[in-house]
Amino acid sequence: MDQRMAKRPPESLFHLVTDAWTKPFWDAAAEGRLAIPRCADCGAFRMPPTPFCPHCRSQGLDWVAVSGRGTLYSYSVVERAIVPDMAQAVPYVTAVVELPDAGGVRLITNIVDAQIGDLTVGAPVRAVFDRRADGVAVPRFVLDDAAP
Amino acid sequence: MTIRDRTAIVGLGATPYYKRGRSAPQTLDELVGKAIIAAAADAGLEVTDIDGFAYFAGGFDTGALVETLGIPEVRYTATLTGSGGGSAGAVGLAASAIVSGMADVVVCVGGVQQSTLRYGAMPTSYAPSPESAFYQSAGLVGPGHMFALLARRHMHLYGTTREHFAEVALSTRANAMTHPAALIRKPLTLDEYMAAPLIADPHCLFDFCLESDGAVAVILTSAERARDLKRKPVYVHASAHGGAGEWGRSLYWMNMPDETFASSGHAAVAKRLYAASDVGPGGIDVAQIYDHFTSQVIMQLEDYGFCGKGEGGPFVASGAIRFDGGSLPVNTDGGQLSGGYIWGMSHIREAVEQLRGCAANQVPGAEFALVTGGPSNIPVSGLILRR
Ligand SMILES: [Zn+2]
Repeated sequence: MDQRMAKRPPESLFHLVTDAWTKPFWDAAAEGRLAIPRCADCGAFRMPPTPFCPHCRSQGLDWVAVSGRGTLYSYSVVERAIVPDMAQAVPYVTAVVELPDAGGVRLITNIVDAQIGDLTVGAPVRAVFDRRADGVAVPRFVLDDAAP
Repeated sequence: MTIRDRTAIVGLGATPYYKRGRSAPQTLDELVGKAIIAAAADAGLEVTDIDGFAYFAGGFDTGALVETLGIPEVRYTATLTGSGGGSAGAVGLAASAIVSGMADVVVCVGGVQQSTLRYGAMPTSYAPSPESAFYQSAGLVGPGHMFALLARRHMHLYGTTREHFAEVALSTRANAMTHPAALIRKPLTLDEYMAAPLIADPHCLFDFCLESDGAVAVILTSAERARDLKRKPVYVHASAHGGAGEWGRSLYWMNMPDETFASSGHAAVAKRLYAASDVGPGGIDVAQIYDHFTSQVIMQLEDYGFCGKGEGGPFVASGAIRFDGGSLPVNTDGGQLSGGYIWGMSHIREAVEQLRGCAANQVPGAEFALVTGGPSNIPVSGLILRR
C-alpha cells in the first residue's frame, strides 16, 4: 500500500482570472463556502459557470451553497514534474469530484492530506479550502472518514 | 451531395521524423515547405499547381507559404477549429473544397516542432482565463493529466487494466521495429512496461506518445484528374468531424455524462462516418488510430464499433490489433507511441501507404483504411480512405 501523502499542485502555475459568470464561485470560496450555479428558470445545476443554461438558454442564475460533500468520480496521481515548478509538488492527486447535492455536477479538483493508497473511485470526500498568499482560496477535498 | 470517392490523395510527402529539437536549425515553416514540395513531386505535379490549403489546429500562415513557394494564386485556405482532433478531418475539408469547385489541387499539411513548447505542457502556454481557472487550479498542466482521469474511470467502470494499456504499447512497438521511418525500434517487453516510471497514474512512460519534430503533407485533387497522375489514387471515401454536444470541451470541463466520460468522444463522428461510407467497422482492413495515450486507443476502438463499449481492454488483449495475426492491424507504422508524433499526420501517411500497397508492414490486399484524429475537445474527426 502506498503510504505517501498527497501533496498540492504548485501555486505558481495558477493565476486566477474571473469574469462576471465565474467570480461568484471564487468569492464564495474565499469565504469558505462552496457555491454552485443553478439555473433560475429550470433549476438545472451547471459547472463551470457559463453565460447560458444548456437546457433552457436562460441567463438567470442562483448561486446555491452546497454541503461540500461529494464522491470521488475519478483521480490520477501526478508523479512526474513535467515543468520545473512541479518538482517540489509531486506526488499530487488530481481528481474529479461529483456533488450529489448539486445535481451531480463535477468539479476538477485535488484530493489532499490523504494517503495515496487510501484512494478509491467512489470514496466519499468533503471540501476544504486552501488559502493562498494572494488571497485566492481554492476548494479541494479530503477523504471523508466521517461519512456513513 | 456527398464527397464519397470524388477526390483522391495523389501526393504524399514527409520530412524525416526527428526526436524533439533535433530538426534544428530548420524552422517549422521550412519543414512544412519540404513536406509540400515532396508531396507535389510524389504526385507528379508542380508546387505551383497547388491552389488550396486545408489545415487543423490553427494551421499555418498561407500567405508566408505561397510567398516562399511561389504559388501563383490561392483559391481556398481554411482550418478546422480546435486542436489535434481535426487531423483526419482536415482531409475532408480539402475534399469538400474540391467537390464544391472552390479549388482544384489542395494540400493538407501538418507539422510540429517541440523545441520551444513541449506539447505535454501546452496548456501552460495558454493565457490564464476564467474558464481555465477550473482546471489550472487543480494542477492539470498537460493533456496527460486530463486523459489519466478518463483512463481511471474506464478502469473503474469496465475492469480495464494496465496490462490492456500495455498491449497497445507493445503491439505498436512491434510494428515500429520493422518500419524504417519509426523513431524507436528496440524491443519492449511487458516487464519493462510494468517497471517504467508512472507519469500520471494510471499512465506510465510507455502510455504516452513520443515528442517529435517533423511535417507530413498530402495533396488531393478530383478523382477524374487523379486517374491521369503518376501514383495510384487513394480515394477519400468518407470524412466526418465534430462531436456530440455533451462531449463539448471534454477534458477542460469533465462534466460529460457518465456514459461518455470514459470514451474518446468519437462515437457521434464514427456513426456519421460509417453512414457516409459503403462499409462498417467489419469492412475496415487496417486502422490508424490516434495514439497520444494507449488508453485512448482502447476507447476509440470501442467508439468506432470494433468491439462493444467497455470491451476494448479484452479486445486488444486477444491480439486483435496485432499486425501479426490480428483481425484489425492498428498503427502499422509504430504510431505516435513509437513511430513519430506529427500531430496525427503520420497516421494519414501510413494509411495512404497501406492503400498504395507499399507499406513497410503491408496488410495484404488492404482496401479500406480508417484514420482518426486526436481525442480532444470538439472537433474530433475520422476519415475512411479506399484504394
Ligand atoms: Zn435552465
